[in-house]
Amino acid sequence: MGAQTTIEKLEILADAAKYDASCASSGTAKRNSAGGKGIGSTEGMGICHAYAPDGRCISLLKILLTNHCVFDCHYCVNRKSSNVRRARFTPQEVVDLTLSFYRRNYIEGLFLSSGIVKSSNHTMEQLVEVARILREEHDFRGYIHLKTIPEADPELVHQAGLYADRVSINVELPTDAGLTRLAPDKSARQIEGAMAGVKADIVEAKDNRKRFKHAPRFAPAGQSTQMIVGADAATDADIVGKASRLYDNFRLRRVYYSAFSPIPDASAVLPLKRPPLIREHRLYQSDWLMRFYGYQPGEVMQATEADGNLPLDIDPKLAWALKFRERFPVDINRASKEELLRVPGLGVRAVGRILASRRHRTMRLEDVAKLTVSIAKVRPFIVTADWRPVLLTDRADLRALLAPKQEQLELFAA
Amino acid sequence: MTSLQHVKLGTYYVVALPEADDFDFWRERARGLVQCDVPPDRVAWVEPGGSGSLFSHGDRRIPVPAADAPPVRASKAFVNLAKSAICHSDPERFALLYRLLWRLQANPRLLEDGADPEVRKLDELARTVRRDIHKMRAFVRFRLVEGEADGEEHYVAWFEPEHHILRTNAGFFVRRFANMKWSILTPSGSLHWDGRVLEEGPPAQRSDAPQGDATEDLWRKYYASIFNPARLKIGAMLKEMPRKYWKNMPEAALIPELVAGAQSRESQMVAAGTLEFEERPDTLEAIDKAIHACRKCPIGQLDNHAMMGEGPQDYAKGFSGLMIVGEQPGDQEDLAGRPFVGPAGQLLDRHLERAGIDRRSAYITNAVKHFKFVNRGKRRLHQSPTAKEIDTCRWWVEGERAIVQPRLILAMGASAARGMLGKTVSITKARGAPIALEDGSELWVTAHPSYLLRLDGAAQEEQSRLFDADLAAVKERLAELAG
Repeated sequence: MGAQTTIEKLEILADAAKYDASCASSGTAKRNSAGGKGIGSTEGMGICHAYAPDGRCISLLKILLTNHCVFDCHYCVNRKSSNVRRARFTPQEVVDLTLSFYRRNYIEGLFLSSGIVKSSNHTMEQLVEVARILREEHDFRGYIHLKTIPEADPELVHQAGLYADRVSINVELPTDAGLTRLAPDKSARQIEGAMAGVKADIVEAKDNRKRFKHAPRFAPAGQSTQMIVGADAATDADIVGKASRLYDNFRLRRVYYSAFSPIPDASAVLPLKRPPLIREHRLYQSDWLMRFYGYQPGEVMQATEADGNLPLDIDPKLAWALKFRERFPVDINRASKEELLRVPGLGVRAVGRILASRRHRTMRLEDVAKLTVSIAKVRPFIVTADWRPVLLTDRADLRALLAPKQEQLELFAA
Repeated sequence: MTSLQHVKLGTYYVVALPEADDFDFWRERARGLVQCDVPPDRVAWVEPGGSGSLFSHGDRRIPVPAADAPPVRASKAFVNLAKSAICHSDPERFALLYRLLWRLQANPRLLEDGADPEVRKLDELARTVRRDIHKMRAFVRFRLVEGEADGEEHYVAWFEPEHHILRTNAGFFVRRFANMKWSILTPSGSLHWDGRVLEEGPPAQRSDAPQGDATEDLWRKYYASIFNPARLKIGAMLKEMPRKYWKNMPEAALIPELVAGAQSRESQMVAAGTLEFEERPDTLEAIDKAIHACRKCPIGQLDNHAMMGEGPQDYAKGFSGLMIVGEQPGDQEDLAGRPFVGPAGQLLDRHLERAGIDRRSAYITNAVKHFKFVNRGKRRLHQSPTAKEIDTCRWWVEGERAIVQPRLILAMGASAARGMLGKTVSITKARGAPIALEDGSELWVTAHPSYLLRLDGAAQEEQSRLFDADLAAVKERLAELAG
């Protein structure tokens, strides 16, 4: 067998990266290449340069440095005992690919992850080396996201943060028991220890910049993590609880959820049915409720059903509203922003426009209709000058009225 | 010539804009018209190439406001939205902006009223333009052209924006590709950056742009590989990347093929990887039957028989709570259909006896259910199972465990330990102390008796002693657990 070409390696190492959920390339320090010798810019909002048929955006060159791995995590396609084709890029190859894609405006930057070869430290050194060549030798000013190896020396993780816009450390599974079972080589304590280290570095770098203008930036787009959903028995309530503890303890920018999907060469330890993708979607919705709508984690957990999981047929906000009907209807003309944000069907944007508009007019149902996507969904939960839902929130069949029709659900539930 | 110092009653005015996106020109004229008190229905705005037929008889000379005319007021929010909206291709945009500017004089906070139809229209125009700007930043694809004379790299893109956004968007590309020589060609104009100066050029045609770039093959390979066929969501893709953009994106040509192949790629992924067990059998008989049919790993394909564990499972009928797990059936076991009947089994029996453990009180099974071998002449030579094969068979052993419910499991050898733990452990390190398992039982690890058979002399004595010590500890612990 001859040496692999770049295109063959790219096929293998991009394929192996397709289970990484993160695609963000936004929220970092604003930079451009004016006055430099290289290329690249970041302007607040990241750009999705393409969309794949799985609906996910492509904004970064997302690849693994190598898919060889000395670890044997059951959910992972690159585990030691898996029979997938293996490949390995040199740091320089990754640099060249990144730059030639960036110059053609295919990408916002690089998201580099890796299987663990030789040792955690060796692998981490290689990841850092890619970022170093890009930043120092090519003056690359685009986005870099490095997936760090929690078992590596903290000093190496620190270096990664100095070059990268964002670093991420995967918690992998929502419960420690799940981690012990499915990722026997990993330890929850080590993962959280690495997260704590990154948090401390971020806080310190921010503090330094307040005092010294030229203090180095450290992971200006913060740190994130990824959790696999549906590979162990953890319920949505467990997952939401874990996510909110991670947000609180490590001030993560994002927690990504990745619905466990059939991987070639999966281990027999894994569940044999993949969870519906809609479950992942519901978890992201609950994440939004906490980040943008002022819901406490406990409140999201209240929206779960008896089995601890969020309903799949309706979104978590509607599920919460149906459980706490006494909080409704909300008067569009008088209610506070917090109360309006609780109304199913009213998003942050619609609430902002309602608050601005009602200074000018007494809102009628048709006015609200102009500002929302679907008035039918909102109507049972609001009062306007000309509308009062008569006992609608008391109707036993309200859920059935508001839930999408069964045929539609089937389409998504696949 | 009539005086233009004041507005003529009943006169219509026509304002011809020099450029479709000239906000400053529009603002200056609009300001003057408001100051001269010209109501919106008396003004027609005509962009280059647009027809002014509606007011073809209108006066193209617009009035000059009096020196003491009150200033025109517009909120910052309006100016920002108007700057975007003016780039829209809707010919009505100038008139809409003028109507809003007119109304703002009486109601300076008009824009806050999101339910007002004209405010909503302005919002929508601005939003559409912002989206078009964003899509241009996303979907421009540069292609490399080597300069003929200087050998310098020149990157050229062809793009078809829907609105008049080329000029507004230039800054983004200048900032991002500051040290690169590039051109963006569009049907309505072109931009050229040489590393220092930005120049605007005439409209171009698709054929003016290069037709390919060697790197596109890499990009297409990346695009096809990063996509997960198990999560097809075509609607989500189309929402963000509508078909109208596809023709200028090299990767988009792959989409139909990727979508069509997704189903089969997913089933391949499933077939190649995950096992198709539906429900775990809940009786030992059912497991016995199922393992005979199991072909999930290469061992199952060999010419051999599956072999079930044996022993009691009922505490009331003499089950001591001990489960002994070996590696896999050997040649003799495969033929006899019973575990541990060969040389290693006989050795095990002797040690069990010495430790005072009644073999008949234990459930004895293997981590792997089929005999793995290679043919060497007439002999079938034993081979160790791979990690993958052990992991596959773990499904069955866990089924046995769930039914038998042992208090203590003795795993003999690294393969057996892996079958219980899902990871490879060192026997030397793991032996001699219990490992708690998830279901509340305890795992003890020791060497495999066949290892003892391969040794002789002092090493054999040493290992025998260790093996006996492990069995003695197990015996003691078992008694404690039985309480």
